[in-house]
Amino acid sequence: MRQILLRLVLGCVVLLGVLAPAALAQAPANPGTAPTSQVEDRIGKLEQQAAEARSSGDNAWMLVCAALVLMMTGPGLALFYGGLVRKKNVLATMMQSFILMAVITLLWALFGYSLAFHEGSRFIGNFGYLFLRGVGAAPDVDYAATIPQQTFMVYQLMFAIITPALITGAFAERMKFSALLLFMILWSIIVYEPMAHMVWGKGGFLNASLGGVFPTLDFAGGTVVHVTSGVSALVCALYLGKRVGFPKEPMPPHSVVLSFIGACLLWVGWFGFNAGSALAAGSLATSAFVATHFGAAAAALGWAGAEWLRNGKASVLGAISGAVAGLVAITPAAGFVGPMSALAIGAMAGVVCYLMVAKVKNWFGYDDSLDAFGVHGAGGTLGALLTGIFAAKAINPIFKDAQGIPTAVGLIDGNARQGLNQLVGIGIAWLLAAVGTLVILKVVDVVVGLRVSEEQEVQGLDLSQHGEEGYNLEAQ
Amino acid sequence: MKKIEAIIQPSRFDAVKSALQEVGVEGMTVSEVRGHGRQKGHTEVYRGNEYTVDLLPKVKIEMVVSQALADAAIQAILRAAKTGKIGDGKIFVTNVDEAIRIRNEERGETAL
Repeated sequence: MRQILLRLVLGCVVLLGVLAPAALAQAPANPGTAPTSQVEDRIGKLEQQAAEARSSGDNAWMLVCAALVLMMTGPGLALFYGGLVRKKNVLATMMQSFILMAVITLLWALFGYSLAFHEGSRFIGNFGYLFLRGVGAAPDVDYAATIPQQTFMVYQLMFAIITPALITGAFAERMKFSALLLFMILWSIIVYEPMAHMVWGKGGFLNASLGGVFPTLDFAGGTVVHVTSGVSALVCALYLGKRVGFPKEPMPPHSVVLSFIGACLLWVGWFGFNAGSALAAGSLATSAFVATHFGAAAAALGWAGAEWLRNGKASVLGAISGAVAGLVAITPAAGFVGPMSALAIGAMAGVVCYLMVAKVKNWFGYDDSLDAFGVHGAGGTLGALLTGIFAAKAINPIFKDAQGIPTAVGLIDGNARQGLNQLVGIGIAWLLAAVGTLVILKVVDVVVGLRVSEEQEVQGLDLSQHGEEGYNLEAQ
Repeated sequence: MKKIEAIIQPSRFDAVKSALQEVGVEGMTVSEVRGHGRQKGHTEVYRGNEYTVDLLPKVKIEMVVSQALADAAIQAILRAAKTGKIGDGKIFVTNVDEAIRIRNEERGETAL
């Protein structure tokens, strides 16, 4: 781009040189062609203006994406989960997502961003950006060269918010509000920030482009967001135990309508999540946008189709759950795969996640109330594996040889080793999430206690935790 | 005076209401209720989990009419509510001792 501009300017200068003598002949009073230094000044100015224009385009896109990702948590996830619980827990469930929009923001501002994205060890960043010192208008050229680092910081914050919010689906309808707050603060520090640093941070152990040991491909958070939250969700469901009355009492969703609205908001917000992860408004963002959309579509059909075959009906909840599962699975692959690969990844995710929640969960009998593991844990793991297979250098030439020539990325491309790298990344995410979550649960259990009393659980968390009701039908 | 209580399919409610108005029934009280008689419920499936729903939505219409009107009203409900399938509902008829209009304390059939 820069070179083309330079050539254009030079071309103009040459043209000026040819035409100027003619002009001189007509107007002898003209002082002559401009001195070379003046031309250079103008070229410099032009270059600066071109860079500014690009930066302002990228920045506009990234700020919109940050807002889209926040919309995924509230109202997207809050509605999706809120509709799936019983009436008496709708507000408490929505609050579990919403309050993280505030709590994680605070953590991120104080030291969270620093731990995730400042240089440090291979496993966690140091306190160089404590209180966001030095995070301002200047870009961090390693992460995103054309946007202010502050934009990058706030965009990443939205990921740090939604990731713990996903876990709340596993312990819905039975966790104390105080325990939730303490759990999430610790989880963000012990699980999310190290994982984000390892995969996306400079020099992180799994970083694919900034000097990692096992370069794991994770475009928008298959391991960092979905594997960590999904596996932690499973540990939470196992540790907290079943809801009172599960599985004897019926606990159907109280409003699939709310879940429907939530899922559609998630789908739209996911464009910010995945296409935004290009960190610029270029063609890679377009490619990720298309892959994201195609993945969701194929997975909605995959889940609903599997259900149709097995139950004789395709349900609305099945179709929207499938779309979410597809969005999860395409997340790590979004900026690495073409449209047809995205369709394949989505279709597989729809069917696999359906079997996980409808079959596997019942075999084991754990109460992952809203299927956070079945969708995010399983979908994220599948997506991260498939990324190692389908990633193509034609879409994203992330790996280069010593001469700077792009080399094969995924297995189909001819890079058989990438499967191993992906497995290492997935393994570390599983291990960190499982062990970290178990330790945090122990601590929180001792300090404040995890579960509400049986009486409070039967009454519902809306009243017992927040002193409110979602639906005041008697109110005039 | 007779009290007629009809529990019908929600989908037949509009037809029943018009039929009752045609034969001269002037007032009624309607509630949305749930219940079942011989009709079995249905199953719902959410993410592979089956739930049996045996209380089904019904509409309950209550009216108190004069002796003279009772038969016509019952015939009107039968005509309009019948589909011939299980789940069409039931009609219960009872005697009423007194009716009082709160506004002006009229009593008996004039209060209806």
